[in-house]
Amino acid sequence: MEIITEWGLVFIGMAVIFGLYMSWGIGANDVANAMGMPVGSGAVTVKQAIIIAAIFEFAGAFIAGGSVTDTIRKGIIDPSSIAGSPELLVFGMLAALLAAGIWLMFASSRGWPVSTTHTIVGALIGFAIAGIGFDAVNWGKIGTILASWAISPLIGGVIALLLMLSIRKLILNTENPFQKAKTWGPVYIFLVGWLVSLITLFRGIEHLKLEFSAVESVVVATIFGLIVAFVGKLLINRVEIDDDADMDYHYASVEKAFTPMMIFTACAMAFAHGSNDVANGIGPMAAVLSVVQSGGDVAQTAGLPVWVLALGGGGIILGLVTMGYRVMQTIGTRITELTPTRGYCATLAAATTVVLASKTGFPVSTTQVAVGAIMGVGLARGVGAIDLRVVANIVISWIITLPAGGFLAAALFFLFMAIFS
Amino acid sequence: MRTTNPIASLLGSSPFKPMKAHMRIVNECVKEVPALFDALIAGDANALKEQKDIIFAKEYEADDIKHEIKAHLPKSLFMPVDRRDLLDLLEVQDSIANTAQDIAGMMITRDMSVPDGMEEPLAAFVQRCVETCNAAAIIIQELDELIESGFRGREASKVSEMVGKLNKLEDETDEMGIALTRSLFAMEDDLKPVSVMFWYQLLQWIGGLADNAEKVGNRMSLLIAR
Repeated sequence: MEIITEWGLVFIGMAVIFGLYMSWGIGANDVANAMGMPVGSGAVTVKQAIIIAAIFEFAGAFIAGGSVTDTIRKGIIDPSSIAGSPELLVFGMLAALLAAGIWLMFASSRGWPVSTTHTIVGALIGFAIAGIGFDAVNWGKIGTILASWAISPLIGGVIALLLMLSIRKLILNTENPFQKAKTWGPVYIFLVGWLVSLITLFRGIEHLKLEFSAVESVVVATIFGLIVAFVGKLLINRVEIDDDADMDYHYASVEKAFTPMMIFTACAMAFAHGSNDVANGIGPMAAVLSVVQSGGDVAQTAGLPVWVLALGGGGIILGLVTMGYRVMQTIGTRITELTPTRGYCATLAAATTVVLASKTGFPVSTTQVAVGAIMGVGLARGVGAIDLRVVANIVISWIITLPAGGFLAAALFFLFMAIFS
Repeated sequence: MRTTNPIASLLGSSPFKPMKAHMRIVNECVKEVPALFDALIAGDANALKEQKDIIFAKEYEADDIKHEIKAHLPKSLFMPVDRRDLLDLLEVQDSIANTAQDIAGMMITRDMSVPDGMEEPLAAFVQRCVETCNAAAIIIQELDELIESGFRGREASKVSEMVGKLNKLEDETDEMGIALTRSLFAMEDDLKPVSVMFWYQLLQWIGGLADNAEKVGNRMSLLIAR
C-alpha cells in the first residue's frame, strides 16, 4: 500500500507515457491495415484516408471503446487474487503495456503480421501467471476471447459473402448494371450507417449518458442511416456512365458508382477500429489510474474516465500522422485487386463485425477480421486469388505473439518490482 | 519500420491479369501470320524472313509470360477456378502461338511457291483462322468480368454465347481447309511430291490455329461450368 501512495504520481506518469506509446504504435501501423482496403480500391486518397481515420478512429474510441477497455483492464486478471497487494497490478499493467509496445516495434521491423490485440492479451496473461500465479488469470474469459478470435473472421467472411452475392443478384446480373447500381447504391450506404450505428447504440453508451431502449436504438439508427444514405445519393448521382471504360471492362461504371460508397465504409472501418483497438493502449493505463486514485483498491469499480478514452484516441491519431500515412501509401499502391465493389463488401463486413465485438467487449484483431472478410469475397469467387500462406502466417504469428508478449511482460514485471520495492 | 500488410499480401498474386496479357501477346503473334503468306505469294524472301522474326519474337514473349504465371502460382493459392483448369487453359493459349511459330519456321525452311490458283483461297483460309484466334482472345479478355460476377449469371451466359460463335468460326475454317486440301489433291500430279507433303502439313497447321482457338473457348466453358 505504501508503494502506491509514495510513487502514485510516477506510476500515473508511466502509465500515460506507455499508454501513449502503445496507442501511437496502433496508429502508426494498425490503422493503416484497417484503412488499406478503401485506399487500395482507389476510392479515397491517402490524404482523405488520414482525415477520415483521424476523425472516426477518435469517434470510435470515444463513443464505443469502453466495453473492450473494460475487458482489458479488469476482465482478464481476477482482482480478488491480489487484493492485498495492489502494487502487483500496477507493475503488471505497466509491464504489459511496455512489453506490448516493444514487441509490436520488433515484430513490425521484421514484417510479421502481429496484432496489437494479441500482443496485449498475451502480455497480460504472461505477467499474471509469472507474477501472481496461474489462478490469477480469468481463464473462462480467456477462453471466450480466444474463441472470438476464431469466430470473428468467420462472421466477417459470412457477411462479406452475403453482401457480394446480393450485389451480384441486384446489380451485376441485370440488364443495366449501372442504373441498378445507382438505384441500389443509397440502400447499400444506408446499410453502412444503419448497421454500425445500431450496434453502437443498442445497449446504450454509458459514459456519455446515452441510454436507449431497443426500439429507440432502431429508430435513431434508421434516421442516421437515412441521413447518410441521402448524402451518399447526392454523391452517387454525380457519377456518370463512362462508355469508353465500359468497352474495356463492362463493370467500370458500376465500380465508379461504388466509389462514393467506399468513403462511407472507410468511415465505418475507422470507427470500428478505434472502438476495438483503442482498448489495447488505454485499458492497462486505465487500470493503473484506477488503482492509484483509489489508493490501492484493485476492484476497479470506478467507471472509465472519459479523458482516458480521449487520450487513447489522440495517441492513435498522433501515430497515424507521424508514421501511419507512410504505411498507408505503400499499402494503397499494393492492393489493386480490390475493386470498389469487393472493397465495399469486405470493409462493411469487417467494420460491422468489429463494432459488434467492441460492443460485446471482445478484443478482436481488426486485421484478422478484415482478412476473414476478404476470404468471404473470395469464397463468392469474387477475387482472382487468395494466398492461403498469409492466412497460415497470421495464425502462426498469433501463436508466437501470445508467449512472446507474455515472457516480455513477465520480465518487465520483475524489473519494475526490483526498482520500486 | 518495415510493414507487411496481411491484406496486401493476401491478394498478392492473381493469375488472371497475366493470363489476359499472355493471350493478348498470342493474338498479336497470330496476327502476323497473314503477312507471312502475303510475302510468300509476292515472292519476297526478305519480307518473309522479317515476318518470321516478328512471329518468333512474339512467341518468346508469350512463353516468358507463361513461365512467369507458372512460377507465381503456388499450391497455396485459393482461386475462384480450379488451378488445373487454369493451367490447361494457359497451355492451350500457348499452343496457338507455338503453331504460328511452326508455320513461320516451316515457311522459311523450304523455298516454296504457292501452287497456281491456291493463292486466294489460301489467304482467305489464313484470314479466317486468324479471326478465330481473335475471337478466342476476346473471350479471354472477359476473365475480369467473370470474376466480378463469380463465373455465373449473365456474364457467364454471354461468354458461353461467345464460345458458341467461336465454334462456328472454327467450323468454317474446317470447311475452308478441306476445300483447299481437295484442290491440292487435284494438283498432286503436277507438283513435286515433297512440295505436296509440305503443303498438306502447312494446311493442317494453319487449321491448327483455329483448332487451338476453339479449345481455348471450350476450356473457358469448363471454368464457367464448375
